[in-house]
Amino acid sequence: MGTKIIGTGSYVPKKVVSNTQLESIMDTSDEWIKTRTGITQRYISEEEDTSVLCGKAAMNALEKTGIDPKELGFIIVATMTPDYSSPSTACLVQEYIGAGSVMAFDINAACSGFVYALSVADKLLATGDFRYGLVLGGETMSKIIDWSDRSTAVLFGDGAGSILLEKSSDHAMLLQEDIHADGSRNKALTASKQTLKNPFSSNAKKVCTTDLQMEGRAIFDFALRNVSHSIKKVTEMASIDFSEVTTIICHQANVRILQGIAKKLKLPIEQFATNISQYGNTSAASIPILLNEWIEKEQLTLGSGERIILTGFGGGLTWGSLLIEL
Amino acid sequence: MTFEKIQEIIVDQLDKEEEEVQLSTNFREDLDADSLDLFQIINDIEDEFDIKIESEEGLNTVEDIVKFVDAELAKK
Repeated sequence: MGTKIIGTGSYVPKKVVSNTQLESIMDTSDEWIKTRTGITQRYISEEEDTSVLCGKAAMNALEKTGIDPKELGFIIVATMTPDYSSPSTACLVQEYIGAGSVMAFDINAACSGFVYALSVADKLLATGDFRYGLVLGGETMSKIIDWSDRSTAVLFGDGAGSILLEKSSDHAMLLQEDIHADGSRNKALTASKQTLKNPFSSNAKKVCTTDLQMEGRAIFDFALRNVSHSIKKVTEMASIDFSEVTTIICHQANVRILQGIAKKLKLPIEQFATNISQYGNTSAASIPILLNEWIEKEQLTLGSGERIILTGFGGGLTWGSLLIEL
Repeated sequence: MTFEKIQEIIVDQLDKEEEEVQLSTNFREDLDADSLDLFQIINDIEDEFDIKIESEEGLNTVEDIVKFVDAELAKK
């Protein structure tokens, strides 16, 4: 028993923030941001939290496919910026879209979250008693970034993307996967530290920074080495050549990282889909937003049998690649 | 030998001609390389020579890198 993707969706908040607008908040420049990251603008949420972005991205996919939210068997949200620690974002989405009282939970694997979630969803559908599964990646990165740190604040954006999966007896979406975590490198990218505080702890008054912190070079190195290797690995496991892969949809962290990965793999940059210039780094949302955009632009077609690679990488450190058939 | 390999990496990463990459060449001033270019060059050099370059500080010219790499190789 396999699965197939029957619909995709996305949603971003209305507010567009250009590089030029950031120039008025911090010491940066449009030119610097563009050449170092490939980003020209990002969407920033003024009102809507992660669950609302996800709810709207979910409705987008449900409306396109005509599936009633009540038919969903489960909801998984990949996010590192949930509305709450509890309830989970997925529970809030369940209410927002009017789904039944089905299993709903969040996965946190930072920017790799969507790859993790899709892998889990595929197995749930294949072996569980479900027909449809909703998988979301959604973030409001704007609430955890340090707006006074120009080296990170310019990178991120808010948004959400969704995939509707259906159990299938004649189609296997997931051909190969290569998913990893390396907790020994956990300090390379951290955010929203929850400080131990109770009447018995001497830490109670210690103030910890909760904003996102990133070791730029360590992350860059990690992406070049581990991520390139992972992309290659799934093609080797499937015994296929890169020429049989229509598009590689990488987490949109930085266009220079994409170029570096392409160079490591000796692949043309054109084989890598990208929309980072418009969205910035939306963490777990970047892959489903990009996939949805490529489907809407008819660069990719659901049901075509095209093979693509989805690759995520981020804090944890976590990373992983899925070779999937549309 | 170290120089030739490093020269090849820089030429490849920055799409330059060999003549443009000499020992005295400064990454930022002569090659217009930014920090991410340097990260990528260092990453390739680490792989090529199987060494670790912890910090890019003080590595401004091709010669700086060649000397650093030779010193690391000598420790092996």
